[in-house]
Amino acid sequence: MAETKRIFTFLLRFIAFCTTLSAVIIMISSRQRATVLVFSFEAKYSDTPAFKYFVIVNAIVSIYGFLVLFLPSKSLLWRLVVALDAVFTILLTSSISAALAIAYVGEKGNPIAGWLPICDQVTKYCNQVKGALIVGFISVVLYMLLFLYSLHTVLNPLLLEKS
Amino acid sequence: MALQSGEKLPMFIGHVWSKQKSRWTLLGLRLLAFLAAAAATLVMVLNKQTKTFVVATIGTTPVNLTLTAKFHHTPAFVFFAIANGLVSIHNLVMIMVDLLGSKFDYKGFQLPMIASLDMLNLALVSGGANAAAFMAELGKNGNSHARWDKICDKFGAYCDRGAGALIASFLALALMLVISFLSILNLKLVNSSSHNSHNNIIALPN
Repeated sequence: MAETKRIFTFLLRFIAFCTTLSAVIIMISSRQRATVLVFSFEAKYSDTPAFKYFVIVNAIVSIYGFLVLFLPSKSLLWRLVVALDAVFTILLTSSISAALAIAYVGEKGNPIAGWLPICDQVTKYCNQVKGALIVGFISVVLYMLLFLYSLHTVLNPLLLEKS
Repeated sequence: MALQSGEKLPMFIGHVWSKQKSRWTLLGLRLLAFLAAAAATLVMVLNKQTKTFVVATIGTTPVNLTLTAKFHHTPAFVFFAIANGLVSIHNLVMIMVDLLGSKFDYKGFQLPMIASLDMLNLALVSGGANAAAFMAELGKNGNSHARWDKICDKFGAYCDRGAGALIASFLALALMLVISFLSILNLKLVNSSSHNSHNNIIALPN
């Protein structure tokens, strides 16, 4: 029973690490050059601070996820892992909501502010950003599950041990 | 071991004193977080500015264009208002549960529920505040690559009020962080105290 739990959590952490890493890679590699009238501009992820924040947070979380995979299961650091899971889950939710807000403006525009949608001109860039955001959303869900599970593992034995 | 000897009593009194103090601290923090989140919601929902621009001049009569900036044009601000509204309602309910809830028997679910709800609301308010912060940054600086002009020079009052709402929301976020931490600590205190004296039936004041 404990063995299956360990394998399950290891697998979940591995998948969560893979999703954050792929979100970073897809977002970084999204780039497209387009010509509008006489202007030729290139759409990159680094034009927008929200996407830069998304990339930075997902990079930090993937480094953390990679390091936690190698933690031996009886170590005392698992309590720290619970706290760090909480912090990184909250960081991930904030980064995905910021990136989604800006991506919405890019897709639909904002008529009051006079912001035109840019997705028609740089379709490939737009689609790749959408893909990165979907993967980022999956990583948020996975990290939330991991956080709830590690909270349950650390807090519950305090109730079961000494009865 | 029943409560019989004097050596148990000071420890019990020590627990009561620290529990009361932490209870009132938590209550005060929840009140502050409720006020901050409610202020953020109200300021964002009532944020509106109308401005008339002269677009062209035909002969001698100027052609006017009236634009109104409202919060619901931007989905990020709508999410911000909803998130902060939910957080303020959560804090209000938790205050009432703390003050009036001693009549109900929660069968031990109360403290874990409070801790998990606090963490959920922490994630919610962090998402809302951050989305609105990046949208506000876009409105203030524009984005030259996407040919989006900044709007804060035209709608200055709208931007200022939005900034005020954002500050209140980040304050609520910091307070929710401390509140979640204290709620989880409360869990651990009750657990460890029930281990040390798992046979006695002293009910801790709730």
